[in-house]
Order: sequence, then structure tokens, then C-alpha cells
Amino acid sequence: MLDKNGIAKRIAQEVQDGYYVNLGIGIPTLVANFVRADIDVEFQSENGVLGMGPFPFEGEEDADIINAGKQTITTLAGASFFDSALSFSMIRGQHVHLTILGAMEVSQDGDIANWKIPGKMVKGMGGAMDLVASAENIIVAMMHTNKKGDSKLLKNCSLPLTGVGCVKKVVTNLAVLEVASDGFKLLERAPGVSVEEIKNATAGNLIVDGDIPEMTL
Amino acid sequence: MIHKKVDNISVALQGVKDDMTMMLGGFGLCGIPENAIAELVKLGVKGLTCISNNAGVDDFGLGLLLQNHQIKKMVSSYVGENDEFERQMLSGELDVELIPQGTLAERCRAAQAGFPAVYTPAGYGTEVAEGKETRAFNGKMYVLEHAFKADFAFVKAWKGDAAGNLIFKGTSRNFNPNMCGAAKITVAEVEELVPVGTLDPDHIHIPGIFVQRIFQGETYEKRIEQRTVRSKS
Repeated sequence: MLDKNGIAKRIAQEVQDGYYVNLGIGIPTLVANFVRADIDVEFQSENGVLGMGPFPFEGEEDADIINAGKQTITTLAGASFFDSALSFSMIRGQHVHLTILGAMEVSQDGDIANWKIPGKMVKGMGGAMDLVASAENIIVAMMHTNKKGDSKLLKNCSLPLTGVGCVKKVVTNLAVLEVASDGFKLLERAPGVSVEEIKNATAGNLIVDGDIPEMTL
Repeated sequence: MIHKKVDNISVALQGVKDDMTMMLGGFGLCGIPENAIAELVKLGVKGLTCISNNAGVDDFGLGLLLQNHQIKKMVSSYVGENDEFERQMLSGELDVELIPQGTLAERCRAAQAGFPAVYTPAGYGTEVAEGKETRAFNGKMYVLEHAFKADFAFVKAWKGDAAGNLIFKGTSRNFNPNMCGAAKITVAEVEELVPVGTLDPDHIHIPGIFVQRIFQGETYEKRIEQRTVRSKS
């Protein structure tokens, strides 16, 4: 089974040379720590920066330079700042190659819910609806089950949707799955996790085709 | 040159009344018009509709107006950092319209650019699209979103001049340029008001034509919401 860093490490393998990537808050943010050093990648944050670098050293924080999680950040050589409309032009215009974000629920049709629990939590969608409606390639990073132990990979989402039929791939603490036409296609198992365990934790239709390899990290 | 500089903040906010619709720049607490917000608190105007990406924190930014019960409605994309906001929303005191962040930016930009509405893919198939016109283009579905109509836009820039030209810094730029010229009156506050002629015309982010009033803010706290650092070792 993977921890949050393990999930981020596996997703980092999906990031290719020349990619502009938008990372959501939470596990996705960790992906930046594991991207291969020998490829050129730029991270976009929708509040208006391309070419995001690591967190600043203590004493070097700048209140005017933050990421979409409102954390202080630095920029790398070649970085740029821009306004919110231009930022979402990059996103809606499909200039950003890969979006990695968290979710509360994903359906086997690729629907995603991550912005609202009616009567409980209403924080808003931020940029998530623009990102999922536009990106060609969307990977969801999340735990396979919620805190109560219920599956987050469902036939249909029960929570208000963020986007419809948009998720291509899901990486969880248990598995890598592709959203196929008839369900979640199991691609890889996390180290030490059996197909049976993944089946039990998946409420949506799980497609197991032949031997499922263990992921290499 | 057309002069936009006003002598003080009370002149800058002249005409502000109860029940008006205000745009306010900023992302979280980054790039918010601190001086205009302080003056709105002082004026005590009520029943405001505020269009702003976030609603500040409990004791800063738009949170100050919420504490004072001056806001009737918020139009935002993310409001997660404010307990008083949540309390007022759940009790029904505050009307809240949550919209996708890119849609918020584009509804500002449409107002600035003279478009009555724009089609966006964001929110299609979700509750955000309920009751809105939708249309297919090249096999993909889009939602029609209307340009905002606002009385005042309060924006904050780094540098500006008396002609109303603005330059922003870092990610404090965010929604500020998109709101300039998107309301009947745009009031820009700057950290530094420089003599006309010293800003390189090639470096100006927003030309003064989009700004009606400009003033130098008295002080800026520039509070950091999530101070995140790494150690040197």
C-alpha cells in the first residue's frame, strides 16, 4: 500500500518531457518533488504563475508570490506571472498538458466530485471545474477509500459533480486504474496489494484483464 | 494626459452607496485592495454584493466587511478560509453564488471587453450550469455565462501614475487587471504612485483608460495566509 508520497511518486512517472502541468492542492502538490531531474517540465498555478519553484527559504518569503493553495513559493528561471483570465486561457485553451487533482469521488464514467458535501462542506470549486472541463489529460490522486472505509471509485458519484466524463486515470494508495468505456481498468497494483483487495475496495465496475503487475517506484 | 489621481481615499470612494455591486481584486489575501476595504468598513455601507475570488479570512480582507454585516451577497470561487463566512452562509444571512474561477475571471473580462456573455466548458453537467443556456460547438458542450455588471471595481497594483497606468507584481496581479474597466468606476490603489513619464509604456500592464481614480495606499499589511518555507540544511 502506498502513502501520500508514494502516490505522488507514481504519478510523477506520468509527467513527460516538455509538459506544462497544473497541480491541485494536497497530494498533487507533492508530485513536483518526484519528477525526474533530466526532463524539462513547468508547473502552472492558476492564480497566475508558470515556472513555479520550491518553497522559499525562511526569511525569503514574498507575500506577493504565492501558489493557488496560498502558500509562499519561489519561481525558477524562465518563469512568468499573468492575470487570472490569461491563466484560464492556458487551461481552457488546452495549452496545459496535464492536470493532477484530488477527488472525493470518481465514477467509472470519469465523472469527478470534489467541491461540495451538501449541508456539510461548501468551500467552492476554485479552478477545478475549469481544469476538468478543459484538460486533455486528467489524473486523479486520492486514497482508494474514504475515512469511513467506503470506496471512492463508484458506479455513479453521489456528491455534486465537478465535471462529467473527464477523468482518464486514477492513482490511489492501492492501484493505478484507467477509466475505460465499461469501468475502471486495473493497470497496476501497489506494492504488496492483491487484486482481491482492490476489488473489495472498488464499488464501481473493476476490469481485471490477465496478470496485473505490481507498480515500480 | 488625463488626470486620474485623487487627493485622498474618501474622494476615491465618493459615490459608494448601500446595495451597490463591487468587484474586488485579489487571490486569498494576495493583491487585495486593503485601503479601499478599510474605507468601506469606515463608511459602513450595507447590502453590498461583492464579486471577489475569495472572502478573506475572519479578521482581514473581506472578512472585515462580513464581520460588520455589510455584505448581502458574495460571488466567489472559493471561500474555505473564513468561519464567519460559513456561519452567515449556513444561517442564510448571506447569499452566496459559487462559480468556477476561470468563469469569474472571464465574466470580469467580458464586462471589460464589451462582450455580453461568453461560452465556457466549465461547469457543464454540474449544478453550476442549472438554468443556464447550453450549446454544442464541434461536438463539445458549453455553458453561456454573462458579463458582470458592477458599480465599482476596487483593484490594487504595485506601481501606477496619475494617468492611471498600472503595473502589478508577482501573483498579486491575479484578478486585478481583469476587473479594471469592468465596472462603472474603477478605483486603483497602488503601493507607489510614481511621477508621470517614469513608467516605460512598454511595461504597463493596464493602460490608464481602464481606471477612473488612482491613489497611493497609506499602508499595506500584505498578510501571508500560508507561510511555507523550506530549511536551509
